[in-house]
Amino acid sequence: MATATIATASRVRTEKAPGIKPSGWIGFLFIAPNLLGVIAFTLIPLISVVVLAFTDWNLVSGLGGITFNGIDNFVAIARDPGFWHAIGLTLVYVVVSVPLTVVLGLALGIALNRPLPGRAVLRAIFFLPYIVNVVAIGMTWLMLMNPKAGLVNQVLDAFGIQPGWFASSHWALPALIVMAIWGGVGYCSLIYLSALQDAPAQLYEAADIDGASAWAKFRVITWPSLLPTTIFLMVTLIIGASQGFGLIALITAGGPGDATTTISYYMYQTGFQFYRFGYASAIGLVTFVGVLVLTLLTWRAQRGRALND
Amino acid sequence: MTKSKWLWGIPLWILAIAFLAPFAWMISTALKPDVDAYKIPMQWIPNPFQWDNFSTVLTGATSVLPAFGRSVFVAVLRVAGELITATMAGYAFARMSFKGRDKLFLLYLATAIIPAQLLLVPRFIYFQKLGLYDTLWALILPGMFTVLGTFLMRQFFISQPAEFAEAARMDGANEWRVFTRIYLPLATPVMSALGILAFVWSWNDYETPLVLISNPDRYTLPLSLTNFVDEQGQIAPGLTMAASVISIVPVLIVFVVLQRRFIAAMTHTGIK
Repeated sequence: MATATIATASRVRTEKAPGIKPSGWIGFLFIAPNLLGVIAFTLIPLISVVVLAFTDWNLVSGLGGITFNGIDNFVAIARDPGFWHAIGLTLVYVVVSVPLTVVLGLALGIALNRPLPGRAVLRAIFFLPYIVNVVAIGMTWLMLMNPKAGLVNQVLDAFGIQPGWFASSHWALPALIVMAIWGGVGYCSLIYLSALQDAPAQLYEAADIDGASAWAKFRVITWPSLLPTTIFLMVTLIIGASQGFGLIALITAGGPGDATTTISYYMYQTGFQFYRFGYASAIGLVTFVGVLVLTLLTWRAQRGRALND
Repeated sequence: MTKSKWLWGIPLWILAIAFLAPFAWMISTALKPDVDAYKIPMQWIPNPFQWDNFSTVLTGATSVLPAFGRSVFVAVLRVAGELITATMAGYAFARMSFKGRDKLFLLYLATAIIPAQLLLVPRFIYFQKLGLYDTLWALILPGMFTVLGTFLMRQFFISQPAEFAEAARMDGANEWRVFTRIYLPLATPVMSALGILAFVWSWNDYETPLVLISNPDRYTLPLSLTNFVDEQGQIAPGLTMAASVISIVPVLIVFVVLQRRFIAAMTHTGIK
């Protein structure tokens, strides 16, 4: 979504809808219901979160207890070991789960692009985890990954390993990564599938005539033509992985200890368990700006690549 | 050809079955007594087969039906509200002209990339001040006026020819008629895509009610699934899984019935 938005933003100014008849204030009437709602429930909260980031405020002191403290929150963030621990965990989570999900999604997308028995059903099966609510999924995996009697460890017993999963500070994050991959692969494969259907058929025919190997065709034709899709998926998954706290709140509450306190959960904890609204807003803002910069850099890198090709 | 079809088909089907295992486990556990839930080796076909978990979850003291009703209420209002406001605004941004239109749209785009999580703290405070905290309106209202929906609808209307409107205006139709009689009927596929997305989003939302709803009597469905976990964090497997199955059914029905449109909605917008 973010990339699509940025792409549109760069086009808006130059795009002149032809033949629009001036309709003056009537246009405003059409927009008014949405605009008023957006102002009330998005714009004002957005301005507030920016203002709150420069205050020291907790729920207990009431509205009168708000005090501006300049950049104190940001200075505190820079020195907060909890924040950096959370950033580190989030990076590990993102760097492991996102590329794996995308690569497996690509392999699955290519496989599903072939003639297969029951292809439509297969597609639906892999996509299924993506549309199920996080609580139903979380509860199921929590029991599947029960260290003593869960199904996962019953299977792993054959290989002689018995991870402690959510009960172990070493295995809790890998458990979340396994769930993220299971949940995201089908979505990626669907997006890749629709991109593969636009792949340049003549190039494949030409490559066949030249006797190119399957790997050569993938490397020279498929992979470059899928690059925009890959970038799009990476960006979407990075944003998703750095924002969601629902699953963690449900299953581990950031634990054991702080083994799964990712940045989004850290913000949730600061805001809604310790009610430090000012500090939580600052954390949210810093994270958002960080992810935004990352997104823009990825977007630029992709545009650079596309121009060189 | 047929041979290679199965050469790829068989491993993929095995993988698909492994993928479905959590769902199979969910259904199996929902249909058996709790003592069998962690049996080693895993007992896939419940023996004895029992529907008690479903009847408890539906009619017992901790029935999920009221939460189910609340989820329907929230989803219906959110979807209807979003469709109405986003379609009108998206149309105006694409096909009507007024002062400051493009600047306003850029402002919209800028807010589209703001994650909902960032806005939870201020929304929490506002809804408390407005007396809407811990009511379903705290979930419904922000979902009725979305930037993303407006963006999607604008992208659609901008691709529609402007000549239709000019001809109708020439015939003396007013702006409202041009919109409802000419452009709105063309937009049905996009509106249904947006409606599906809005429904799934609303139905599955866990984070917003986690923060904005505290009274268990006002829990929506995802939150109510946590009712079957006791204070020590012990999950009642049968009840939790039966309730989970019930929570999935509506989305599954929408998915199966509208599969083509559903997938188009997901792939064309890249949002969940």
